[in-house]
Amino acid sequence: MESLTSPPPIRRLQLEDPRAATEFLPPDAGSNGHAAQPSGFTAAKRSIKAPQFSIRRMEIDEVSVHYGAKEAVKRVSLPVRQGEVLSLIGPSGCGKTTLLRSLNRLTELTTTARLSGRILLDDVDIKLIEPTLLRRRVTMVFQQPNPFPMSVFDNIAYVLREQGSRRARKKALEPAVHSALDRAGLFEEVKDNLDHPALKLSGGQQQRLCIARALAAEPEVLLLDEPCSALDPKSTQVIEDLIVKLRDDVAVVIVTHNLQQAYRIADHVAFMYLGDLVEYNSATALFGSPRETRTQEYVSGAFG
Amino acid sequence: MELSLKAPKQAVEGSATWALSDRIGLVVCWALGLLFCAVAVAIVAFLFVKGVSYLELSMLTTPASAGFSQAESGGFSDALFGTMIVAVMAISLALPTGVATAIWLVEYGRPAALARITESTIEAIAGIPSIVLALFGTVIFSNTALGFLSRSSEGVVFGRSFFAASAMLSLVALPLVVASTREGLNSIPRHVREASYAVGKTKAATVRRILLPTSRPQVATGAMLGLGRIIGDTAIIIVLLGATQNFAPVEEAPFPLDYLRGAGTTLTNFVYEASPTGNLNQPEKAYAAAFVLLLMVLALNAAVDLVHRRARKVGTWSH
Repeated sequence: MESLTSPPPIRRLQLEDPRAATEFLPPDAGSNGHAAQPSGFTAAKRSIKAPQFSIRRMEIDEVSVHYGAKEAVKRVSLPVRQGEVLSLIGPSGCGKTTLLRSLNRLTELTTTARLSGRILLDDVDIKLIEPTLLRRRVTMVFQQPNPFPMSVFDNIAYVLREQGSRRARKKALEPAVHSALDRAGLFEEVKDNLDHPALKLSGGQQQRLCIARALAAEPEVLLLDEPCSALDPKSTQVIEDLIVKLRDDVAVVIVTHNLQQAYRIADHVAFMYLGDLVEYNSATALFGSPRETRTQEYVSGAFG
Repeated sequence: MELSLKAPKQAVEGSATWALSDRIGLVVCWALGLLFCAVAVAIVAFLFVKGVSYLELSMLTTPASAGFSQAESGGFSDALFGTMIVAVMAISLALPTGVATAIWLVEYGRPAALARITESTIEAIAGIPSIVLALFGTVIFSNTALGFLSRSSEGVVFGRSFFAASAMLSLVALPLVVASTREGLNSIPRHVREASYAVGKTKAATVRRILLPTSRPQVATGAMLGLGRIIGDTAIIIVLLGATQNFAPVEEAPFPLDYLRGAGTTLTNFVYEASPTGNLNQPEKAYAAAFVLLLMVLALNAAVDLVHRRARKVGTWSH
């Protein structure tokens, strides 16, 4: 990725690998006979190349989530692949965050939430995986930057240590902490200030620290819940570049309100509306020629 | 409506545009605020002047003794140590219990019915006058089964000791610790807990390493308020500590149990007894002891301030 040190280069619009677009069509969404239609979406520049590879890590299979009597997610099926960025888009309350949180069983913290259907992680039903173990394999970054009120170093060390223990010692954790910060592109900025309180970093740095924290657990899947919505444009771009860079190491799922952002960084996009998965397709296809009318209306800004 | 970019003719929020009632209200608030400050300053200044003039260092090191003049009747070292002992014992009961209760109420809160009952129980304890707690304490600690906590001979349990007084005083401090800790825990955004769960941490680990350290300032505030109530209480001391002017250790127990099982006194009780209405009637020493009491409370305040200031250095989340 080009960094911020040089002025942003004019990127050529990359055409998507045609295989990726046609590879998977979920049973619920997609072709209902509509002809592809022009989207009316004013395209941002795509900042990514087509994925080099894709390995299926998670499989969302007919998943519904109820909050009491209210059905927040309705029979959604989606693949989550390493090597790609999957973006969930849709208006507020469409169930995209709920779907994201069900991937590492965070929905279980809400007592009224009930999940049916299957979610597989590397072909194992996540219900069979111990939640703390699952959440180390599927980690999450939140909308608000939320570093813990301790030093930058301790924020990462906390993840590396066993539960509430204070071992291993600082020295022993140093390489792992440095590498996590490095993967999140933060090490160069904070390497002299590892003992400084994390909450005194800038918003963008805090969010990258949260990404570093999520990466420190060496997850297979990284969930991002509107990670840039509290940040300024410059920090947003740094994080977007970072997300694209990470897609080869972990499967990335990002929930975003920002359609331009989804277009810039996602390989596949799932559009949800009122709990339904309306359309799932490659980003270029979904934004360029959506199959569904509702998708077309949403990406052209008719509602939101 | 037309948008005007012209500057308004007069200041929008100037006092000239205020209603008369608002202006009177503001003046009253100001006056009351100043009055409050004046009262606080007057108390501290008065005790400071009196205290500095009457306090002698020897008072802190000599126990009270019988005598016909203020020069002969010694100091209040036993009362000073008594206050410290009671404070340490009571808060070391109240702090862990209170913090644990608050954690359970905020972070677990299940079964919900039990949590609701606990909440109202704590509120009830907060409302009970300490003299009532003291009376209740005499019933409990006069029990033969609890004879090992106070002076007892031939099956008769005296029921008054540092143990008994501290146990009841911890109940005075407990609601303050619980309330303050709950406030601290509740002020931590939910997504911070989730961030900890989302890297595979258990609730227990999150509480220990994230939530409790974060609410340290509020826990400290609760402990300080509790300590203030403990060292300021007189009713429980008179009823449950025996309110002797000196330590009255029991003979049969080893140190320090002999002192803790025995009766004693504290500064508040000494001030009461030494004041013109009390048995000792030596007001100069009452002022001196009250001054020491005041210094202790001010020191507690300063300590809590330090904890808060340190927490501010660590920063907090934007909401």
